[in-house]
Amino acid sequence: MTTFADPPTVRQPPVPGRRAVEQPRTTLRADLPTANAPAPARRSLSARTPDDRFVMAGSWVGGLALAWLVTQRLLPWTGLLPFLAAWFVLGLMVLATATSLTSGAVEVRDRVAGAVVHAGALVVGAALLSTVVFIFVKGAPALPHWNMYLDDMSGVGPRDPFTRGGVLHAVLGSAIELGIAVAVTVPLGIGTAVFMTEIGGRFARVVRTIVEAMTALPSVVAGLFVYTTAIIGLGMARSGLAASLALAVMMLPIIARASDVVLRVVPGGLREASLALGASRWKTVWHVVLPTARPGLATALILGVARGIGETSPVLLTSGAASFVVTDPTNGVMNSLPLFIFSTVRSGEPVYIARAFGAAALLMALVLVLFVTARLLARPPHPRRRRLLRLRRTSQEIS
Amino acid sequence: MSTLLRVEDPSSTPPRPRPVSRRATGVDRVFAAGSRSVAATVLLVTGGIGFFLALQSVPTFRHYGFGFFTQTQWQPEADTLGIGAVLAGTFEVALVAMTVAFPLALLTALYITEYAPPRLRATLTSAVDLMAAVPSIIYGLWGFFLLEPHASVVALWLHRTLGWIPVFKVDADPNAAMWDRSRYTASAFIAGLAVAMMVMPMACAVMRQVFSQAPQGEREAALALGATRWGMVRTVVLPFGRGGIIGGTMLGLGRALGETIAVLLIISPAFDLKPRILEIGTNTVSALIAGRFTEASSGQLAALLTAGFVLFMITLLINTLAAVVVARSRSGAETEA
Repeated sequence: MTTFADPPTVRQPPVPGRRAVEQPRTTLRADLPTANAPAPARRSLSARTPDDRFVMAGSWVGGLALAWLVTQRLLPWTGLLPFLAAWFVLGLMVLATATSLTSGAVEVRDRVAGAVVHAGALVVGAALLSTVVFIFVKGAPALPHWNMYLDDMSGVGPRDPFTRGGVLHAVLGSAIELGIAVAVTVPLGIGTAVFMTEIGGRFARVVRTIVEAMTALPSVVAGLFVYTTAIIGLGMARSGLAASLALAVMMLPIIARASDVVLRVVPGGLREASLALGASRWKTVWHVVLPTARPGLATALILGVARGIGETSPVLLTSGAASFVVTDPTNGVMNSLPLFIFSTVRSGEPVYIARAFGAAALLMALVLVLFVTARLLARPPHPRRRRLLRLRRTSQEIS
Repeated sequence: MSTLLRVEDPSSTPPRPRPVSRRATGVDRVFAAGSRSVAATVLLVTGGIGFFLALQSVPTFRHYGFGFFTQTQWQPEADTLGIGAVLAGTFEVALVAMTVAFPLALLTALYITEYAPPRLRATLTSAVDLMAAVPSIIYGLWGFFLLEPHASVVALWLHRTLGWIPVFKVDADPNAAMWDRSRYTASAFIAGLAVAMMVMPMACAVMRQVFSQAPQGEREAALALGATRWGMVRTVVLPFGRGGIIGGTMLGLGRALGETIAVLLIISPAFDLKPRILEIGTNTVSALIAGRFTEASSGQLAALLTAGFVLFMITLLINTLAAVVVARSRSGAETEA
């Protein structure tokens, strides 16, 4: 760095015979920073200054105190809910007032909107958390007994302790019904999606319109349809097969539509590359499109299953409820987890209700496992691993 | 070494052009025909359901006429039945659900895309999707056992403060020393709250996806012009996501109208047309179907099917409108999931 102790000024020589006019000129600053001068303080770019933080925290504490005063001393509102509501409203008012002391209306609006958004998210989080915790806490008495998972409810009365009876029949019933429904819907659903994306044409547009429309079918109507046609019309007994038909009717449009969305995002370049290499369309679909879309298809399937396993109304109308293990879906009534929960809760017996909560916790856990599996499958694999996988697959096919 | 020149004339036979055709050959023909037949089967099955429902509704409509929509009673033995009351109840429950779910979904979607720390976003998105996957019977249990005691207190408070509005009226004395709690339970209000839990994540997922697609350049432009975060949200994100907000809300509404089991657990069935959402007793189309199908004779079954068909038509209309709104908005390019 160059510094001048005595700044030289550069001047044009005055023009002779004329008055010297003040020309605009450049002067160098005399107080240029020197090496040992203190560096200027960096401006903080973070959104919040300590001042802001203090205003935020102080407003909510003030709101809390005011809310206590209003709900506990001034007005006859007892209970947690009015207190929280009052805290929120009063806290917002204090926050707005405190902000308006230092800044303008724009900042006040920003603060208040931010607080409202956070509060909304907090309410939703609390609702989700309360649902999960509530189900597991209420089901806790029934859950730690082994017979809960290994036994059925045959001969178990409403007064019997938790050491007798279980939900094995409901779990097995759910598994069998869903297994059949999946076996029916997956080939049909994915086949339809392949047709809609790979073949296309006017007919495909008709199919897509109808399939999308049928995703709006309420599940209870799907159940009523199977009840009317299969059970009343064809004289079929209420059975696991009827229930799985109802589930299949409900799941088919959902899976077909989800697979359609997944297949549509397969890059066209991959298809064209495969066709340009001389592969037939079938080979392109089988070796390029479906493998590329596999994680997405798995996710679509698992989310469909998670939806199907929890649907109560189709099975309520079609399967009947057995209290013992039934493994033959064509023969006689069969229970399933949601149906078991529904019927035991409605009995009104405290022990039965606790059992229902145990079953609900189990159902919740199953949905959670399915959901996490779907998420893990949907996650794109690590790029290097994916390249390795593809290399390995190609070399296998060549050899 | 020497190079030998070709002696024969290369142009003795003109090259025959390779036949180029889009017609499928061999395996491809089987593939095309196979997938076409699978699609035709699915079309037959799914379309058949709609057709069957419509067909079953014809005798009902012919028998009861337009009165089917206005008659509130459901008394098959007296041959007076209609869906006037249940249709009104269905909309009451759905409207309560959307009144609660819409702001929460909007705020949560905004929180996830705009306010949450970036490393939390993926987790929060998964949490909302998980909420959508929770079975409805679990929300029913939650609403019936956990929510109802608190919600009835809220209902009492609403009645006290807003009781002069007919919607919030309850046929009880709000200021009684011992308030009659049973009058405030099993109502459309509480059923609507449980349904709100179910539809909120659906609406939120659509909104979040649309918000996350708001162009980064416009956001940064707003911030660079000195906008606060809320100013940026209000001027860039919300206008951009309007289609997603409307579409997501309507998708949620479609789901709310068809919800069965949570409603069936919470309400106590009543067949009177009343606009009082806080009072005990209401009914919805799906709860009617689930509650009445066992004792149904064939004529009554046709009436239930007709009710189901009407419900299906309403949800179909709403879903189609939602799809159109999402697709036509500027943000709709990639929201069809």
